[in-house]
Amino acid sequence: MSTAVPITPEIVAEHGLTPDEYKKVLEIMGRAPNIVELGIFSVMWSEHCSYKSSKKWLKTLPTKAPWVIQGPGENAGVVDIGEGLTAIFKMESHNHPSFIEPYQGAATGVGGILRDVFTMGARPVANLNALRFGAPSDPKTRHLVSGVVAGIGGYGNCVGVPTVGGEVNFHAGFNGNILVNAMTVGVAPKDRIFYSAAAGLGNSVVYVGSKTGRDGIHGATMASAEFTAETEDKRPTVQVGDPFTEKLLIEACLELMATDAIVAIQDMGAAGLTSSSFEMASKGGMGVELALDSVPMREVGMSPYELMLSESQERMLIVLEPGKEEMAKAIFDKWELDFAVIGTLTDTGRMVLTWNGAVVGDLPIDPLAEASPEYDRPWEPTPKAADPDLSGAESVSWSKALVQLVGCPDMASRRWIWEQYDHLVMGNTLQRPGGDAAVIRLDDAPGKGLAMTTDCTPRYVKADPVEGGKQAVAEAWRNLTAVGARPLAITDNMNFGNPEKPLIMGQFVGACQGISEACLALEFPVVSGNVSLYNETNGQAIPPTPAIGAVGVLDDVDSSVSIAFKGEGETLVLLGGSAETEGSWLGQSLFLREILGREEGPPPPVDLSAERATGDLVRGLIGDGLLSACHDLSDGGLLAAAAEMAMAGSLGCALTLDGTADVARLFGEDQGRYLVTCPPETAEAILFRAKAAGVAVRTVGVTGGTALVVNGEAGPSIADLTGAHEGWLPTFMAG
Amino acid sequence: MKSAIVVFPGTNRERDMAKALTLVGGTAPTMVWHGDADLPQGLDLVVLPGGFSYGDYLRSGAMGARSPVLDAVKRHAEAGGYVLGVCNGFQILAESGLLPGALMRNRDLRFICRDVHLRVETADSPFTQAYGAGEIVRVPVAHHDGNFFADEQTLMALEGEGRVAFRYCDERGLAAEETNPNGSRDNIAGILSANRRILGMMPHPENLVEPALGGTGGRPLFESITEALS
Repeated sequence: MSTAVPITPEIVAEHGLTPDEYKKVLEIMGRAPNIVELGIFSVMWSEHCSYKSSKKWLKTLPTKAPWVIQGPGENAGVVDIGEGLTAIFKMESHNHPSFIEPYQGAATGVGGILRDVFTMGARPVANLNALRFGAPSDPKTRHLVSGVVAGIGGYGNCVGVPTVGGEVNFHAGFNGNILVNAMTVGVAPKDRIFYSAAAGLGNSVVYVGSKTGRDGIHGATMASAEFTAETEDKRPTVQVGDPFTEKLLIEACLELMATDAIVAIQDMGAAGLTSSSFEMASKGGMGVELALDSVPMREVGMSPYELMLSESQERMLIVLEPGKEEMAKAIFDKWELDFAVIGTLTDTGRMVLTWNGAVVGDLPIDPLAEASPEYDRPWEPTPKAADPDLSGAESVSWSKALVQLVGCPDMASRRWIWEQYDHLVMGNTLQRPGGDAAVIRLDDAPGKGLAMTTDCTPRYVKADPVEGGKQAVAEAWRNLTAVGARPLAITDNMNFGNPEKPLIMGQFVGACQGISEACLALEFPVVSGNVSLYNETNGQAIPPTPAIGAVGVLDDVDSSVSIAFKGEGETLVLLGGSAETEGSWLGQSLFLREILGREEGPPPPVDLSAERATGDLVRGLIGDGLLSACHDLSDGGLLAAAAEMAMAGSLGCALTLDGTADVARLFGEDQGRYLVTCPPETAEAILFRAKAAGVAVRTVGVTGGTALVVNGEAGPSIADLTGAHEGWLPTFMAG
Repeated sequence: MKSAIVVFPGTNRERDMAKALTLVGGTAPTMVWHGDADLPQGLDLVVLPGGFSYGDYLRSGAMGARSPVLDAVKRHAEAGGYVLGVCNGFQILAESGLLPGALMRNRDLRFICRDVHLRVETADSPFTQAYGAGEIVRVPVAHHDGNFFADEQTLMALEGEGRVAFRYCDERGLAAEETNPNGSRDNIAGILSANRRILGMMPHPENLVEPALGGTGGRPLFESITEALS
């Protein structure tokens, strides 16, 4: 019997516990734990489950607003979207598994985040993702892109939830440690939201979904350590997904949720049965007794240790109202899913595990949860970057630079990727991938829509974590605003290196500070999130990447606009920023990196009060039907934005800028700006409203023709731009 | 028109289909569970919608074609009833023998979701009569296994009897290798049964029936059935 394994210092170390942490284990237990109990401590106190390095700083993030129904701490965040409905969403990382086994790693990332959302009673209505790969020249990159994209598609397409948006970066900093962050947005009635706190002495604890196998044992512990050359050996710790079963599980759970049978429900994610049962009991102040031999098993000969630590997918734990077992079982039978009563709630405050009647584990719940380590790790701020060397900029041809930029790995069209995702299933996708934010309509509230996006610019965060953190939130807010949506809240997926290194910890602290500032200024709180640390391979940390997933609401979805130019002869208006200092910012710009080959300088600062004023103005203009197209300025600045709008509309434009059109003006990444179009007769009203709102405004050109023209100088044709933009990724992937 | 949509475990476009049928036809369809041995009485149209029936872990549609409800669908078809199979529904119809041919993995081996252009090859069917013959329409595809294959004899019969309903083409109507999204023989996107009352097609007309969704290329298909069955 596995419980007889002697607990040696080596066994303790293999479970990722430090000697100090093990001392605490002994104190809590009052004796040496057996192997099952040690395994439970190991996963519960892993960085992944306990947030021990990040907790202190996560607590500082703003989480409240009048429309927030549930902030961080549950399976997902919940915001009120009106008409008795809520949006429920979260983003989560699956970085390490996706590097080891890209298809299954990414697929199970999607599966896990879907469960977090439908656990709360929501029907998932959209998926998004934020992906970071290594340099295109790295020999593994093509294989990883191909596997991750196929895995995300394979899972999302089968469960029938549209994948409507996302972002992708390529950078050598992610060689050996890619980032796969998946986000799900669901919709639930406000009066039918389900939580995880167990309640009711004697109530049944029910296991539903797939059987438990030996896959994914110690996945949470793996996600809490750095990578080394031997990581490939950890492939067996990657779970295998079954989207078909997930689809059945969604339908069965939603069917059960329509009745009044559920007291509490929790999906089995990282650390499987251990963390789900612990969290439910701990939140409800209950004890729990589990008969592990009742757990549906995929193979014979499984041990209590394996059952508690398995990360087999597509499983849920439910506490039922008394007497509802038969009715609930009938629903799961109909969907051909396993259903087993595996335990009961007690008032002992302990978790007692039995195996054929014999006790194989007995742990106190609260002390284990409360005593979970919390570290105030030493940290150092990132030194301020020196001004960038801009030599050579004056001799660059803007026309050639633009073609190069729109076709570079970080700006090229992602069509090759999103065409592998079913982005239309459910029949509600109004703005498809490729714009600033995706827009879907809602079956239960005609006329209403949700907008969503994921954003982060890791090169900004690396150069200045505080400004970069601010910028990630501001850009997400801007992207929602650009389609006319009212931004509601964000989910943050914090991907960083080893927190035991003060500079890395400093990146985390700085990003949290920047995110906080932006959230407060924009009334855009954090309602859910996930932290992924130890993203290092052989001692090399990734660029810090606090990926922000954001959701906004459109009360009149018909008023939404896209980025595409709509017709000839429309006026181009630039809103936001500062007309005086415009184009001053090339530090950390894509232009500097791609054209001059330098990754230098501080990132563009974000003026949050100007940001707010400009965004509120733009949203108002869209709502009043004054704009025909809108696009925020980001990578590549003004000219890149104009090019993207031109390509989307297959229509050129002529820009007329006062004074000289130097490259800093054309490609500078000054923040808080939007390029919009309107019929010429409307321009006056827009200028007037902008001036009244104290927002910088200038007309910068007119749509028309088949090329991009700047101050009379003809640049690339739309066909040439489109060729470069659409060409890169398919060509790269064809190898 | 009295219609029903068959829901298999893993079906995922039943709501899209129901919305389109309700929007254009005016009446909501009934949902039928895969384990049911019978269809509702007095049914005009049975729809097999898109998705991944039984996970499609065998060949796509192979399990669906052997489910209890398919016997009832076959009886409905033999009695002259109307059947529409879209995407996974087309795969099931092909696997069940209600339509000839097979749907193989896409030529490029990848799932593909994008708008395509279709040339309406015949307006002489209850599913296409509201289109003009030769009309070019835009609707999306979303599949991994849409590469239509049939032997020469079958292809000749389909062409000879005017049973090719839709062909992939470009926006001007040219059907060529470059406008074939999945490698289908002769760019075939949808075919009719000999009595023209069964249509199987890979594209999703139900996803483009309103300007808000980006187009109305699929709408005439539902207008056709509604008119034929009213």
